[in-house]
Amino acid sequence: MLKLECGKGKRAFLQGSEACVEAALIAGCRFFAGYPISPANEISEHMAARLPKVGGIFLQMEDELASIGAVVGASWCGVKAMTATSGPGFSLMQETIGWAFMTETPCVIVDVQRVGPGTGQATKCAQGDVMQARWGTHGDYMAISLCPNSVQEIFELSIRAFNLAEKYRTPVTLLTDETTVHLREHLVIPPLESIEIINRKKPRAGEQMFFGLESVAPMPSIGDGFNVAVTGSTHDERGVRFTADPTVHRRVVEAINNKIRKNVDDIVEVESYNIEDCRVGIVAYGITSRAIYEAVEEAEKRGVKVGYVRLKTLWPFPEKPLQRLAENAEKIIVPEMNLGQIVNEVKRVAGCSAEVVSLNKIGGGELITPEEILGKILEE
Amino acid sequence: MSEGFSPSNYLRPGLRFPFCPGCGLYVLSDTFLRAVYELGYSDFRKFCFVSGIGCSSWIPSPYYLADSVHTLHGRSIPVATSIKLLRPDLHVVVFGGDGDIVGIGMGHFIHAARRNTDILVIMGNNMIYGMTGGQVAPTTPLKVRTATTPYGSFEHPLDATRLAAVAGANYSARWTTAHSKELKECFKKALQMDGFRFVEVVSQCPTAYGRRAGFKEVGEMLKWFRENAIPVAEAEKMREEELEGKIVVGEFAQRKRLTLVESVYEVLKEAAQKDA
Repeated sequence: MLKLECGKGKRAFLQGSEACVEAALIAGCRFFAGYPISPANEISEHMAARLPKVGGIFLQMEDELASIGAVVGASWCGVKAMTATSGPGFSLMQETIGWAFMTETPCVIVDVQRVGPGTGQATKCAQGDVMQARWGTHGDYMAISLCPNSVQEIFELSIRAFNLAEKYRTPVTLLTDETTVHLREHLVIPPLESIEIINRKKPRAGEQMFFGLESVAPMPSIGDGFNVAVTGSTHDERGVRFTADPTVHRRVVEAINNKIRKNVDDIVEVESYNIEDCRVGIVAYGITSRAIYEAVEEAEKRGVKVGYVRLKTLWPFPEKPLQRLAENAEKIIVPEMNLGQIVNEVKRVAGCSAEVVSLNKIGGGELITPEEILGKILEE
Repeated sequence: MSEGFSPSNYLRPGLRFPFCPGCGLYVLSDTFLRAVYELGYSDFRKFCFVSGIGCSSWIPSPYYLADSVHTLHGRSIPVATSIKLLRPDLHVVVFGGDGDIVGIGMGHFIHAARRNTDILVIMGNNMIYGMTGGQVAPTTPLKVRTATTPYGSFEHPLDATRLAAVAGANYSARWTTAHSKELKECFKKALQMDGFRFVEVVSQCPTAYGRRAGFKEVGEMLKWFRENAIPVAEAEKMREEELEGKIVVGEFAQRKRLTLVESVYEVLKEAAQKDA
């Protein structure tokens, strides 16, 4: 059934979008709803061809509001579901993503970042949605966002996105970008049986508490006889609406925050290098982080000790590794394809012990180069 | 027919509907439950309810002892769409008000009728945004004073039932809360059909509409519904000016177009055998 031959050392040459789709299918995704938008179309198109092959349903909806709505509905039928979009569509989906946080609905949203605000530059790469992925919808919630920088990592993090969504009953954003999804690279596919697939906890017959439990409540499926009441309004553990009670509201919202907050160490993944012995540190994520390897190598040749933390998990923010980096580095460089968004998070975490500096580039999809990062490393 | 009927078989224990005294939604819900009972369903095991935001959307959520998904304002239909496709064995019924279904949710409504999505959409039309305090709706008649049209509404109201018929629904009908007998039969018929089914129930909101539109009591509003109701066949012979302020009742569409569930599952069968 699966297109990819899985096995030890099996290699495929794929576009990032295809790797995302194949990984989603391996993770168990069987429903996709989306609306055409550049540069996320390839994901929808591959899904449209591949999902019916594995008995899944693909729908092109009338807009992004309908797409994410259908995804949430599918998830409540016990089916792993996903959508893919870009900035303007991600903006339209925000209200429903908030509803998914409040109803504790596992689902995966792929945001292929392009230049904004507004229509911006529809086919050009950017990293301007990083704070939107954290705070895009109203109210208090803890977002999970994963940030791949290669075709291999799109594959791995797409599976991880589903696993985290299922484990913590929450929406997860795969925060990628135009360039990463359009890369064509070799992908090494591990044996299928070695890939960890997590499925949501189901209730036992007679259970009635489906929401707001600190330990992540079991999730019934529609049609299974649980008479589940799902609502985005403030609700108690049974799903009964309380539109004015302060205690019930605090209880449910604190629970949906705590289930993420208490498991940050499980959710956060970074790649770090030389953070114990560096004078200059780099914090990078996504496509921009591909330029740091060469910059570090060149800096080392010139005798500068450089370390880096590459954020594979962007949200919740990887505070602990950055605190460790800041204990050693005098200066931390944060290259981003925006006018400075994550740099403020780095300042919040590391600003007291290190000088945190921005390296920004926007427009036309022009990437930050190793030379530009090297220049910043060597600046006094 | 309704002997032995008890609404409590279908309602979540310990809760009470929150609607104002005299609200038409009591009649709407009671009529729906009777239709379900008369079709032989003693509980909601074979049903899933989806609703949006507004008074009508509170009918099933959480009051019906059933699976119910209370979505955002205007978004019930897309959520119901995926539920029906993944659980085609269930009756998927959407409850919503006029603002929810054909105000903020209009795009989804037309596309669901076009796709002939196999869901039943029941729209309580009180001609006003009731829950938010009586603002003008896309269904408010011309010249009616509301909280946001203090000098009278200056827009034409929408004919949602005719729109559903034109957009491709398998079934589309309108009744009022003064026609509970006809409405019950209409619900029964709609529940036994496939494809997109739309039932508009013109319903009194004495609090947010009646008060402003000059009705002194609920009975006057029901009298207005009865006296201004024109059957579809009769309305077809009337001029547009003559129909101003009238409520056309009856069935606007009744057909058997290919439905979304039928076509999606056909594609799944084909895809298993050939490549894209």
